[in-house]
Amino acid sequence: MIVCKDLTKRFGDFYAVHDISFEVQKGEIFGFLGANGAGKTTAMRMLCGLSFPTSGSATVAGFDVYRQQESIKQHIGYMSQKFSLYENLTVQENISFYGGVYGVGKKELKTRSEELIETLGLQQEAKKLVGGLPLGWKQKLAFSVAIFHRPRIVFLDEPTGGVDPLTRRQFWDMIYEAAASGITIFVTTHYMDEAEYCNRISIMVDGRIEALDAPRNLKQQYSAATMDEVFYQLARGAQRAAD
Amino acid sequence: MKQLLVFIRKEFYHVFRDKRTLLIMFGLPVVQIVLFGFALSSEVKNIRIIVADHARDVHTQQIVSKIKASPYFILEEQVWDYNRIETAFKEGKATCALIFPPQFGDDLLGQGRVQVQIITDGSDPNIAKTVVNYLTAMLGEYQQQLNPTARVPYRIVAETRMLYNEEGNGSLNFVPGVMALILMIVCTALTSVSVVKEKEMGTMEVLLVSPFKPVLVLIAKAIPYLLLSLANFTLIILLSVYVLDVEVKGSVPLLFAESTLFIITCLSLGLLISNATSSQQTALLLSLMGMMLPALIFTGFLMPLENMPLPFQVISNIVPARWYYLIVKAVMLKGLGFSYVWKETLVLAGMTVLLLGLALKNFKTRLQ
Amino acid sequence: MRALGFILRKEFRQILRDKTILAMMFVMPTIQLIILPLAMNFEVKNVNVAVVDHDHSTYSQKLVNKIGSSGYFKFTGAPASYAEALALIGREKADLILEIPSGFERNLVREGSQPLGISVDAINASKAGIGAAYLGQVIADFNARIDMNVKNAAPPASGVIDITFTNWFNPRAEYKYNVVPAVLVLLLTLIGGFMTALNIVREKEIGTIEQINVTPIKKWEFILGKLIPFWVIGMVVFTIGLCVSYLVYGIYPRGNLLLLYLFAVVYLIDLLGFGLLISTYSNSQVQAMFIAFFFMVIFMLMSGFFTSIDSMPHWARIMSELTPVTHFVRVDRMIILKGSGWNEVKQELVYLLCFGVVFNGWAIWNYRKTN
Repeated sequence: MIVCKDLTKRFGDFYAVHDISFEVQKGEIFGFLGANGAGKTTAMRMLCGLSFPTSGSATVAGFDVYRQQESIKQHIGYMSQKFSLYENLTVQENISFYGGVYGVGKKELKTRSEELIETLGLQQEAKKLVGGLPLGWKQKLAFSVAIFHRPRIVFLDEPTGGVDPLTRRQFWDMIYEAAASGITIFVTTHYMDEAEYCNRISIMVDGRIEALDAPRNLKQQYSAATMDEVFYQLARGAQRAAD
Repeated sequence: MKQLLVFIRKEFYHVFRDKRTLLIMFGLPVVQIVLFGFALSSEVKNIRIIVADHARDVHTQQIVSKIKASPYFILEEQVWDYNRIETAFKEGKATCALIFPPQFGDDLLGQGRVQVQIITDGSDPNIAKTVVNYLTAMLGEYQQQLNPTARVPYRIVAETRMLYNEEGNGSLNFVPGVMALILMIVCTALTSVSVVKEKEMGTMEVLLVSPFKPVLVLIAKAIPYLLLSLANFTLIILLSVYVLDVEVKGSVPLLFAESTLFIITCLSLGLLISNATSSQQTALLLSLMGMMLPALIFTGFLMPLENMPLPFQVISNIVPARWYYLIVKAVMLKGLGFSYVWKETLVLAGMTVLLLGLALKNFKTRLQ
Repeated sequence: MRALGFILRKEFRQILRDKTILAMMFVMPTIQLIILPLAMNFEVKNVNVAVVDHDHSTYSQKLVNKIGSSGYFKFTGAPASYAEALALIGREKADLILEIPSGFERNLVREGSQPLGISVDAINASKAGIGAAYLGQVIADFNARIDMNVKNAAPPASGVIDITFTNWFNPRAEYKYNVVPAVLVLLLTLIGGFMTALNIVREKEIGTIEQINVTPIKKWEFILGKLIPFWVIGMVVFTIGLCVSYLVYGIYPRGNLLLLYLFAVVYLIDLLGFGLLISTYSNSQVQAMFIAFFFMVIFMLMSGFFTSIDSMPHWARIMSELTPVTHFVRVDRMIILKGSGWNEVKQELVYLLCFGVVFNGWAIWNYRKTN
């Protein structure tokens, strides 16, 4: 699904992302980790078609990140912690908007949104403004909207920030379901326990990928009991301070 | 006290980081002074006139030459056809017309009386009156030329003296107005936004939980803008003195003191607005667009207050800028002392206390 | 293309839920249209005169009466000395002082001429000039009609030129005719320029633009999605404005209504482009507002709204021609007051179209989804 080779993003002398290479398979849950300032967001933006790499190559869902950015956008979903849904639109209106924008047909739109609202149990809230929903509901709704148009990959940028552990579990249940249905998941997070849920993870330090493997292999490799430990060992040596 | 300074320093960082807004803040007065001083004028000049001369005799030609030579008029066209006038007005090519009847000279000398017609484009009322005045004067002069002996033997000579402004500097009136306008709008807007932004971003709560009294939070927010506005005020004075040749006739310290008072009034107004609004958008729209109208109109510097309908004159009393304008005129342009402006100062001070009091009271109760 | 439909639906929903914007749409035009024309009266009338009469003769009384009955002047106080009168000027109670020297009547007869002192509060130079000119005229008139002069005046050798004067389009030279069309332009300018810029930058600040960037929504769809709603609002406000002008002032367009709307449409597009342009140069709402405000002030001052363009020096007139506001104010007044037709205004349309192309083109070029 994602193939990345020596991908680099340079700002003058500063290498935000320095020659990263990795591959993500279809249906995988890929965790993209790193300290603040390590270059995660920059890398993700390149993969989403939001920014041009300085050098290197990458394809997302089979589309080239240099020349086929519009096609990439057509086939991916995106959810960020900063924002995903319009606070001053209702639940239903948000769904209709994103569904429509991604080209979901009118009839499909109706059926799927009814399904979605039922699955999430939001029947009472469907006509209420999103701004009034508690954070946990918002996150779950945002994720559902992100995959509403059945994209091949969905990019999640720290999706579970600030929610309680129960909601986080429910959220990951939804992620597993999505992966099981064939959607590739590319997620960044700070919660190391969530790292354990992923099939494979990569850890970025100072713009480069310092580790890339399944969680249990990494724990063995670094003789650590938890992913926390692994992360700590790698990130400790980082030159770059958090931004 | 030391903590307050730290706080104030943080606020200064915020302000100085936004270079664009700073640029505009200081650029606005510069632009306004330049425009009011050099470009805008309530005088009427360069009036585009059409002459329909049906007589074409030596007299009309002389009068037309006078018009051509006058700095007030620009002779657009000399036409034969009366109908051309209406088209010219509609095209916007000319704003007035002078029509000489055929046999102008003959009638003037023979019958002793002749009539000319002036037509003005009423869509600009200023033009109408002034044109008639100018043309009447010109025609009167021409009449005198023809009748050098028709002079009244007993003459009253009016000697006019221009007070406060011997040079007839047209910019004088605008400087206090610009000051009031800029200070009021900029101060109010920036202060209100500064507070609302924290509310919007949620950082306000962090501040409120700190060991600071809420009052101090507001004061710390206001102080950078107080100082910046004073700097702005100084800039305006310097520009007026050196670019517009408008001198400060009265006491400079008094002027500064009054301006500080006015700035505080505006800051209080800004704080009050920030209490009433919860989004930057609303605060900005209220203080910039909402304040613009009252500031422009009710200060009385563009349009005389006496001309306005009574309700407006009453409303103008609650606009702080109006009082400040009077004070600046008196102190800066007329060189008058405190004894002349104590009433206005009292009003301003009263307003400040009221606004500040309201703002602080509201602030405490609105800690959601 | 379909995405545009969804975007528009979303934008309209969001805008109509925003009470501030709704207030702007309906309350603002009404208030501005009512307040501005009533307030903007530049006439010089009710000039306050303080007369210091040292003579108290029949002539001085007659002169004072004549001044009083002219309709332009009002008397303030009865100062006994020049110093007292000066104090009145200091307190803004008087605009000018007329000082009649003692022995005025007697000396006029004896010596054939007498000076009269007029002191004017010249801070407002033009008001002073006009006030003094009026007074001068009244005095000159008085002078000519004094008994002695009437008896002794020699008849003029040649004739007298009489003047008849007509004022077209605005017979009573009322200021409101001049101001109301300009206020309509102001309304459109505020909505097209201010509100658009603010709205777009708000999204930038909150971060919702990122979310749009990730979707397949194309650059032009996003921009149109932002501009069209405000265009619609602008046209609604313009219509409301025209209605209010008619209901409150009895002013309706003498010229072709469709022509007027055509210009309004193009003008709005220009201003929307300008608002868009501003948004590309601002990172925060505060910045956007201040930049917009800055330009708005310049435009309004230079556009012939308050002062006449003809009176400006050459360089200022050129600057004025370079702003779209000037052109629309001109056309608005032309169509509404004079009934100017297509032939007379078509050149202005060309200007407005050029502005539209420049502003919008520049803005779109600036606005990039990816960098």
